[in-house]
Order: sequence, then structure tokens, then C-alpha cells
Amino acid sequence: MQRHILKAKNKITLISGILIAVGFLSLWLLDNQLIFAGALVIASILGLAPIAIQAYQALRVKVVSIDLLVTIAVLGAFLIRNFEESAIVTFLFLFGAFLEQRTLNKTRSAIKELTEMAPESALKQMEDGEFIEVDVDEVDVGDVLLVKTGAKVPVDGTVLSGEGSINEASITGESIPVAKEKDSSVFAGTILDNGTIQIVADRVGEDTTFGRIIELVEEAQDSKSEAERFIDRFAKYYTPAVLALSFLVWLFSRDVELAITILVLGCPGALVIGVPVSNVAGIGNGARKGVLLKGSEVISDFSRVDTFVFDKTGTLTVGNPSVAETEYYGHDTTSALGYLASIERESDHPLAKAVLESIGDVTFSEVTDTEVVKGGGIIATVDGHRVAVGNVALMERENVTLSPGARADVARLEENGNSLVLTSVDGKLKILMGVRDQVRSGVKEDLQRLKRMGVRNLVVLSGDNQGTVDAVSRELGLTEAYGNMLPEDKSAYVKKLIEEGQIVAFVGDGVNDSPSLALANIGIAMGGGTDVAIETSDVVLMNSNFSRLPHALGLVKATASNMRQNILIAVGVVLLLLSAVLFSDWMNMSIGMLVHEGSILVVILNGMRLLRFESKA
Amino acid sequence: MKAATIQVETLTCPSCLQKIEAAVKGVEGVDQGTVKVMFNSSKVKLDFDDQTVSINQIEDAITKVGYEVLKSSVR
Repeated sequence: MQRHILKAKNKITLISGILIAVGFLSLWLLDNQLIFAGALVIASILGLAPIAIQAYQALRVKVVSIDLLVTIAVLGAFLIRNFEESAIVTFLFLFGAFLEQRTLNKTRSAIKELTEMAPESALKQMEDGEFIEVDVDEVDVGDVLLVKTGAKVPVDGTVLSGEGSINEASITGESIPVAKEKDSSVFAGTILDNGTIQIVADRVGEDTTFGRIIELVEEAQDSKSEAERFIDRFAKYYTPAVLALSFLVWLFSRDVELAITILVLGCPGALVIGVPVSNVAGIGNGARKGVLLKGSEVISDFSRVDTFVFDKTGTLTVGNPSVAETEYYGHDTTSALGYLASIERESDHPLAKAVLESIGDVTFSEVTDTEVVKGGGIIATVDGHRVAVGNVALMERENVTLSPGARADVARLEENGNSLVLTSVDGKLKILMGVRDQVRSGVKEDLQRLKRMGVRNLVVLSGDNQGTVDAVSRELGLTEAYGNMLPEDKSAYVKKLIEEGQIVAFVGDGVNDSPSLALANIGIAMGGGTDVAIETSDVVLMNSNFSRLPHALGLVKATASNMRQNILIAVGVVLLLLSAVLFSDWMNMSIGMLVHEGSILVVILNGMRLLRFESKA
Repeated sequence: MKAATIQVETLTCPSCLQKIEAAVKGVEGVDQGTVKVMFNSSKVKLDFDDQTVSINQIEDAITKVGYEVLKSSVR
């Protein structure tokens, strides 16, 4: 019975609305008091039923809910035979709840759309080699799956055979088709636009990139800031307090009308709902545009940021350096090149790849006694020679003397923004290479936009030499640039800025700067979609898309100010209603309920604006 | 101890959270400290002792305060 009534809530709202209309029409047109009173009484009773049931259910678990306040108020109105008020108040309360549900669903839609993109089924290869459609939960790591044109990739995996192009918008926010062939990685939730591929499952379910993104966003939309937790605690005692207050008012004034008006006015609504609504709409907008924001605390900190600290390689630059210039010194440089290539072949340093590419085909020799000098380079024995490969500091450590000519070359290459790779054989400098990394396209404009949005300091920190860092800094118009920094130097610098009272955002790819990401007020990870950085950071720019950064900042600023507006609206309305009931005589229950429900709708609609937010600066 | 995620119907009113939280915490065998009612995703997360109480009983408690349970998963 109870459930039926609650299920029929929308119908009840409609019927009670019609009854109220009939009642008033018969009063105005026919001047019929009887139909008027009758219609309103029925509307009141009908409308009160679901509200009273909800109030009772809450009371059973010892919660004094808004429903209880409204129920008592309506009963009070009945008692003093004010059927007009009782009918209108119940109707407004129900209709308000209906509108709230509709609009709230809208504000949550962006995130809902994301979760609904989760794949549900897969074509799995059975023991007899046939592919059978199964639920995605039944897919295990190592299973072979078939993906046909138009289908969703069910898990993270590797292509075994076939080729096709995939729309990875659900992961990267970028709906450009990406070509896939044998050994390409594919991601759950992306869509195969054309072709047919067979894949082997590497990660399934919640372990997939997509699964983790959904989990993160779902957690984020409900994470609460300190202020919200305060409001929640406050709301818990607020409703019983209103009940007590209204009882006291009745006790002393014996004025039922006033007492029940206070009950209705005291409903907390917009205050509790305002901040979560802005939060979910802001995070939803970000999720659609490739910016993952982890909760409302992050939004409020990020919106007040005044210093951005960037990692250079892979963040401001493409992270794919190449050798721009090579200088040779002394004789026998061919064998020196061979030694250099032999050593670099065993390294996974980003510069090593560039060096190897530029050397091309040489004869490799065996490398022994390899010693890695942190922040310097590598020392090893090749073919019986002691070979050092690294920066100028390493050469000094190895007591390699640089001729005046070599020194001039070093200065020139540094000045032009090269990272230096020097090679010495048995204590003599043989080769000097200048390696340069390209600045990402559009980064300059993006940084200008950040500045226009009120960011004061743009700092770059890098392990590269000062010349390289300065060159990048000049090109991009940064405010400060520091080179020769080890990961611990970077985090120490971030710490220093924070101690100076600045709000610092650190932007990095998380490869070797995770301490700084964690330490900064806001850690912003350039997430390639698979990085661990997704876990440790506060904000993730999907697909390492730097151009999302201005949108991210604009969005958090808009979201934070939207939250403030909503709090202001909510508090303002409460103050307005309170002063009206104390100092004016036009305030009654119906108007109170109208303003109250209206203010809830206003904060929801205000929050909804964030879904359409586009950064303009 | 098992961890449950219960998807309930769309939550719209702030006092829904209080009601569901109180109802679930009142079930014996539910670890009170772990109960989390999520407003925007309309989910309830909690840990419970599957020796003392079944997921169905927890679902019942939510239904009794007037909210439909759409889906639940236990891990």
C-alpha cells in the first residue's frame, strides 16, 4: 500500500493540481463555496498521503525529515480549517520534488552518459574456436575476443589480428579515429568505427582505463569539502530545531497559523543541495571535455591557484627529442660513435633514443662495469676503454679537460636550447651532441590564456641544462625557469613555494615527478590514459592534452563561483523568509513553500549552466 | 567482511541521505563506519559481515524507508 502510494506520487501531484484548479475556478466563476472546499480537502488528503508516509518511514529510523515538518504544518492548517493553504502547500511540495528530480537528472546527465558508455557484452572465443556473445563480467585476462565494426571494445587489450580504426573519445575526449593494427593497444569503452579485430584481454572490468575513470568520476562527484560536511552536520540538527522552535512559538503565542508557517519556512533545501549540484555539473562538464577533476575540494583549491609549475619534457615539449647538432674532437671519432651507441643502446633515457637514431648503423661492442651517475650520465668500459657519456658536470667529475673551442661549442649549443650529450674516451672529449625537444604546438597561446585568467607565476623546472630551459622559457614567455633539477630538487622547490603561501599547481607527466605532483596543492597529470599518475594526481588531462588546461582552470573558477552563488541564494532566501514572517503580514505558508521550492529550483538551474560552460579567456 | 555497492533510485532530496544512512546503520552486521550514501550517483556503499546479515536484509532496510533498490553488487 505504502509503496503504491509513493509510486503514484506523480499522478497524485497531477490530480491534486487539477482539483485545486477546479476548486478555484468554481469559486471565481460559479461562486460555489461547497465545491471549492470539497476539492481542496480532497486535494489536501491526496497530497498529504505520500508526504506523511515518507515522514513516518523516516521517523522509524529516528530521522526528523522535511516531510515531517510539512506533514505537521498541513495537519495544523487542517485543524484551523484553512484548506486553501493545506492543499496548495502539499501540491507545491510534491510538484517541487517532481521538478527537482527532473532537473537534477539533467545536471547529472554528463556523468551518467559517461558511465553508460561502459561495454556490456563481448564476443569471446570458446574452446572450440567459435566466438560466443557473453556478459562483459565473464571475460578474464588472457581471453581472445572478437570486435566487429560499430561495436564497443569490451576490455583493455592488444590487437592479435586484423585492423581497423577506433574512436577513442570516451577515453581521450577527442573523437578522431585512431588506426589500429596487430600489437596496437585498444581500450575498453572505445568504439571500432570500421574493420574487424581480434584482441587478447589485458585488463578487465574495473581495472581497465575506462573502468578507473568511471570509478574516479563517480567518487569525485560525491566527494565533499570541509564546508559541505559542515552544512550536512548543521542540517541534521536544523530540522529538529525548526520543529522545536515552531512548537515554542505555538506554546507562547497560541497562534497556530504562525507556528505552521515557521515549519514550512524552516525547511532546509537550497543550502544542502546547492553545492553538490554545482559540483556534479562542473565535474560532468570536465569529464565530457577530457578534464578529470577529483572532487569539490580540488575545485575550490584549483580555482584560487596563483602559481603554475611545469615539468618541461613531455609537458611543455613533445617529449620526443632529436639530435640537432653534432661536433667531433680529435681523431678516431668513428670508434667513439660506436662506443656511444653501445652504451646508449642499454639506456632507457629519452635522450638515448635520440642519440641512437642520429648515429644510425655502427658496429656495437660489449659494455661492462656500467655505472649510472645520477643527474650526470653513464660511465662504462667498452672494448677496454673507459667511456663517459653525459653532461658537462660528468666531464668535470671525470677530469676531462675541454678545449677553448669545445667550451665555445658547449656555450653556443646551450644558448640555442639544446640538451648536451658529451662523450669522452679515456679522459679525452670526442663527441658533443646537442639534442633538442620541440615545444608542443599551441602551448604558448594556452599559457597566455592562463595568465589572462589571473595566474601570476608560470615556472618551468627541468633536469635539462639551464640554457635549454631558458630557451624554452623565452619562447613561451614564462616568468621563471630553472634547469639542472633532480626530481627531489623539484619537489623541494614546490614545497618552498607552498611555504611562501602560494597556491601551487604542478603539471607533469608523472614519469619522474610524482613527488611534486603529490606535494603541490593541485597535482595535474598529463595522463596518457594509462599512467599511474591518474591515481596520485588531483586533476588529469586526458590523452596528455595540454590545451585542456585553460578550459580546466576556467571551469573550476566558474564552478567555484557557481557554488558561492548557490550558497548566497540559499542563505539569502532563508533570511528573506525569516524577516518577512517577522516584519510583514503578507507571508503565509503557501508563499513560504513557493519561495522555498523556487529557491531549490533556482540553485539547480544555476548549477546546470555549468554543463554548457566554455572557456572564453 | 564483504563490501557492497547498492544502486538505489535517483536521490533528489537531501533528507533522503539521512534516512537511508540511518536505516542501513540500524541493520545489525553492517559496519557503521563504512556506510557511505552518495547523493549524485545515488549509490550506497558499505561493508558488512556476511555471517550475521545478508545483502537482501540490507536491501530490505532501504526499501522499508521508501527507496527502490535497482541493483547491488557484493565483493
